[in-house]
This record gives sequence, structure tokens and C-alpha cells, in this order.
Amino acid sequence: MLDSVSLYRKMLTCRRVEEAIAGLWQEGLVSGEMHLGIGEEGVNAGVLDHLGDGDAVALDHRGTAGMLLRGVEAAAIIKECMGLEDGLCGGMGGHMHLFSKDHLAASSGIVGSSGPAACGFALAAQHLRPKKVAVAFFGEGAMNQGMLMESLNLAAAWDLPVLFVCRDNGAAITTSSPAVTGGSLEERARGLGVPGKSISGVDAEVVWHEAAAMLDRARSAKGPSFLRATCLRPQGHFLGDPLIRMVQKPVAEMKPRTGPLISAAISSGGASISQRLGAITRIMAMLGRAARTQLGNAHDPVLRMRKNLKITADELAGLEEEVELIVKDALEKALQSLPAGGEEAAK
Amino acid sequence: MREMSFSQAIEDALTQAMKEDQRVVIFGEDVHSLRMNLYTRFGEKRVRPTPISESAFLGAAVGAAMAGLRPFVELILIDFLAVAADAIINQAAKVEAFSGGRWEVPMVVRAGCGGGYGDGGQHEQSLWGWIAHIPGLKVVVPSTPADAGGLLLAAIADEGPVFFLEPKLLTDDLLEVLGSGGRTTVSYDIPTGGRTGPVPDRWEPLPLGRAAVRREGSDVTIAGAGIAIHRAAEAADLLSGEGISASVIDLRSIVPLDRDAVLKDVERTGRLLLVDDDYRDFGLTGELAAAVLESGMPARFARIAVEGTIPFDPKREQKALPNVDRIYEAARQLMG
Repeated sequence: MLDSVSLYRKMLTCRRVEEAIAGLWQEGLVSGEMHLGIGEEGVNAGVLDHLGDGDAVALDHRGTAGMLLRGVEAAAIIKECMGLEDGLCGGMGGHMHLFSKDHLAASSGIVGSSGPAACGFALAAQHLRPKKVAVAFFGEGAMNQGMLMESLNLAAAWDLPVLFVCRDNGAAITTSSPAVTGGSLEERARGLGVPGKSISGVDAEVVWHEAAAMLDRARSAKGPSFLRATCLRPQGHFLGDPLIRMVQKPVAEMKPRTGPLISAAISSGGASISQRLGAITRIMAMLGRAARTQLGNAHDPVLRMRKNLKITADELAGLEEEVELIVKDALEKALQSLPAGGEEAAK
Repeated sequence: MREMSFSQAIEDALTQAMKEDQRVVIFGEDVHSLRMNLYTRFGEKRVRPTPISESAFLGAAVGAAMAGLRPFVELILIDFLAVAADAIINQAAKVEAFSGGRWEVPMVVRAGCGGGYGDGGQHEQSLWGWIAHIPGLKVVVPSTPADAGGLLLAAIADEGPVFFLEPKLLTDDLLEVLGSGGRTTVSYDIPTGGRTGPVPDRWEPLPLGRAAVRREGSDVTIAGAGIAIHRAAEAADLLSGEGISASVIDLRSIVPLDRDAVLKDVERTGRLLLVDDDYRDFGLTGELAAAVLESGMPARFARIAVEGTIPFDPKREQKALPNVDRIYEAARQLMG
């Protein structure tokens, strides 16, 4: 049975934890890249709400919310992002390489690799854990990766209990996915023998019901399914995404780029003027797409879920306060774990 | 002479190559953003973004090179080679040998390599030893803007497959996107030399397989490539304060490997210290140790390289990568 309040609570927790991680990243307490799932809560929670002990999940480079939703402690995840010794993986993996053996949850920074991993988890379930399933999360960019297409086929050929979940934001880093993708993704999955469906990932309840049917199918040994859920990610590919920066601070960000671009457009030697204009038009279109990722309220899965809750204002306020406290507590624990002078050292 | 950053030198040399030879085409992930200026100047036909399909586009580069183009493939990070290893190891590397030398594969794969910005062990590998292990492949690793442009032209001019590996700590564009992302709250141990420097007014290809002696010393020979060379130069400064005179040899290309330059220097110093941002075991350092052994000359030997998976935690990462302290200590021990 769908418990909307519980689902909202999970989504809000993901949002707040990831916002806290974004804050730490901005302060320089998290190094390197940081890929968050803000905007994808409807898909993540709507699917993972169905998983229990013995079920497995293969995550991609955007796995913090997935780990959280499988029950990994928020503080352990935050600490791992900070590279601390008492983080989920002892500070060895970082946010792209989160692993929890207890939850059969693993992630990888190599695009598409969650497909084969989920097939393996599902194969082990067939042998060792009947009725248990494996879920693979990936972006639509990964759908062009050979290993993922191969794993769709393998799952179909072996009737593996896998749910392939494609979070489609329409862009592979800065590349427009439709521009580099032939055919439709669910037809591609169907062509490989995996029944597929496309839905909007903004409505977590819709995702929840679709995932329920697909996972039932997997649990009753009827084979894999493919779910494509569209979503918007206001932070782009990762924190500090150059396109999002250009959209948010056009003057400061475009200034150093403009001179070389103009020179490229007019220098002798190169393509015809019409080809150059075509390139510039596509660059502008890319920036336009980036601008449209900024979450309006209507596209925010967390706000949408909140609006439809059937609870009193007091109950809602109580729930939200509780989530804030949990996240605050996790954040404090993480900051306390910083070695003395750690803030400086981390820089 | 002009002054350029490492990234500017690469783009400038690439522009020159594309102007001079219509067969040079760029493709790879996100190249319209990564090479926005070249994308604008040469149009999408010659600078073409790909899907995230390394097997397909690296494999296609092999075919395109065999059929007359000179593909310059942007792989972004060398770690991603593992996704498309067949195209390189079983195809590109084999064509010349299999065809009895009648058919060649003039392609370049450009990729960022190395760590030092806290991105974890799946995005910070160097992997040149892995590539170098396969007959038929060449690998260059520039350490200055002038070498970056010159080796890039040599790679494009070469008739076989060449990997052009770019140490990320030297490339402001890659490091900005993958490391700081617009933040001013992070900083890295960026070597003082190598990030910007003088470059020729017009690029000429540098010969592949010729090491550069960056510093001549009499007590110990320190050799390596890329970032390691800058760390070694810094350590050599410290060592000279203690009366230890170190040579620093920049290999510049891993394949072909300038064994002679190293041996010639070791003949004088009697001591070889190798510094490698790649894995220690079964790699470059062992290969040069073998060269010394095969030469029959007696020499003391030590090496500093990456010994396990690179930790994500930036503090442990820094210790895992070759750093000035480790080089300095190892050189002192060699003197003992």
C-alpha cells in the first residue's frame, strides 16, 4: 500500500541531506566532483520504497540518495563524501563509489556499469534469494553504453529479476541526448526483450505504482522490466556545472569565453560561415536547455508531493521539523568527525 | 615566443593541425563544450559530440583512420579506456602488424590522467603502463605547454595510434570543471612549473621518444614523466641544499621510451630514482629497472609510484601519489 506521508518524508530527507552535502562541497569540505540527485527524488523514492532486505541495488555516480533510501545512515554518507575515516567506506570511495554490503547496494562512477552489476545481483538472487530483486539506476546517457544494452539482453535471455530504471534529464553532461540517440529508449528495451514504459518522474506516486507492477513481475520470476522516468536536475550534471554557471551568472562566466569564441567565429581558416553559425546556434540552444532545468515549483517532485498530502498543517510541520533535525544531527556528527584543523587541511 | 597555459597550447596546436589538414577530425564526449572554440571555428562536421559509447567511437576512430581520416578522439579521462579496451588493444594496436605493415591507423586518443584533486580512484589513474604493455601503441605525457603542443602535433603526424595523456593538475580547463567547479574554497598542490610557459610562434612536431634533461646532476638520476617531473625538480632543489646533485630527466614519451637518455645519465651518477604517477607493479619503473639490468652497469635503484587504488580522501590521496617529500627521502636513502 502506498503511504504518501512516508514517501514524502523519504523524498524530503534525500533533498535535505543532498542540500547539506552541496553546502559542504561549496565550503571546500568535499573534494572533486559532486553529482547529486536533487530533482530526482520522485524516481529514487518511488522505486526504492519497494525494496527490502535481500533486494539489491546498483547505483551510478549519482548514488547518495539511493544509499539513503536503502537505509544507510545519513551521517555515514556525508562523512564518506568528506573522505573521513569513519565514513561509509572509510573515506576510500567518495560519493561516486559508495558501497554497503549489508544493503547489497553498490555504486560506480563508470557510466552504464550499473546494468551488468544488477544482472549479477539478480542472478545471485535466482540462486540464493528467491523472490528477491535487483534494481539498476542510470541516466539516459548511459543507454548508449554497450555494456548496458548487453545487460538488458542478458536479463531478458536469463529472465533475471531486474528493474532497469532510467532517469532521463535529456542531457549527457552537456550533450543533448536526443541529438546522439537513435530511436526511443523504451522501444530499444522492448527490442531486447525487456518490457518498457516511459513516465514523468516528477510525480512520485505514479513512479511508485509503475515500479510496484514491474517489481511484482520480477519477484514472480517473470523477468526484467525497463522504466524510463523523466526529470529535471537544476544543478545540471554536477555541482559547479559550467552551463548552469553560465545561465546563473552570464556576465561573469561568459566574459572570459567571449573573446576566444568571437575569434573562432571570424578567424580565417575553418568551416564556412553557415557552418559556424550553425555551431553557435547549437551552443545557444544548449544554454537555453540548461536554463530550462531550473526547477519551477511545478517540476519539483518534493513540492508536488507535499501539495497533495492528506495530513493537517500541524502534522506536516511536525514531520518536516523531524526531518530537519535528523539532517542537522547527521551534519553535526560529520563535522565533529573532522580531525582538528580539518577544515583547513581539507582545503 | 609566446606565453601560454597548458590548455591553451593544446588548443592552439590543435587549431594549427586542423587548419593544415582537413583529414583531422575531432570527436568524443561533450566536445562542443570542451572544445567550444574549435567547434565554432571548424563546425560540427569536424568537431562532433558523441554519445557515451566509448566502444563505438573509439572503434569507429580505428576504422576512420584506416580509411583516410586522422581522428583525434577526446576520451576525457584515461580511466574510461577500460570501457572500450577492445578497440585499442585488439584492433588499433594490431592492424599494422596483421597487415604485414601495409595498413596503418593514424589516430590520437587524448585523455586527462592523474590525480591530486580528490576525485577518487576511478577517475585519477594514469594507466600509461597498461597502454605501453601492448605492442603497437604509443603514449606521450607532456609536462610543459611547449611539449604539450609539440608532442600533440607529433602524435597527429604519427602513422600509428598514439595516446596523448594530459596531467590534470597542469590543465586549467579540466581541473576547473572536475575539481573546483567555480569554488574558491579549494586549492591543489599544483607544481609551479608547467602550467604556463613559453611556446613557439609556430608549432613544430617534437620527435617522439626523446627525453629532455631538465637538470644535470652528478649524484643521482631522477626520471619520470608529467607531474612527477615537477615534483622531482622541486625535490632536486631541496637536495642541492644538502649537497646532493640530482639530474632530472623528463621522459616525455613512455612509448617509445628513451632508455638511452636514462642509461647515459645513470652511467655518470650510478643511482637511479624513478618517479611514477602510474601504478608501481608491472609498469614503467620496472621497465627502466630492466633496462639498467640489461645494460650490465652497476647502479643503485629506487622507485616511487602508486602502490594501490588511489584513496578518495584528499589527505591519503596526497600520500599515495608521488610527492616532493617522498622523492627527497628516497634520494637521500640512495646516497646512504
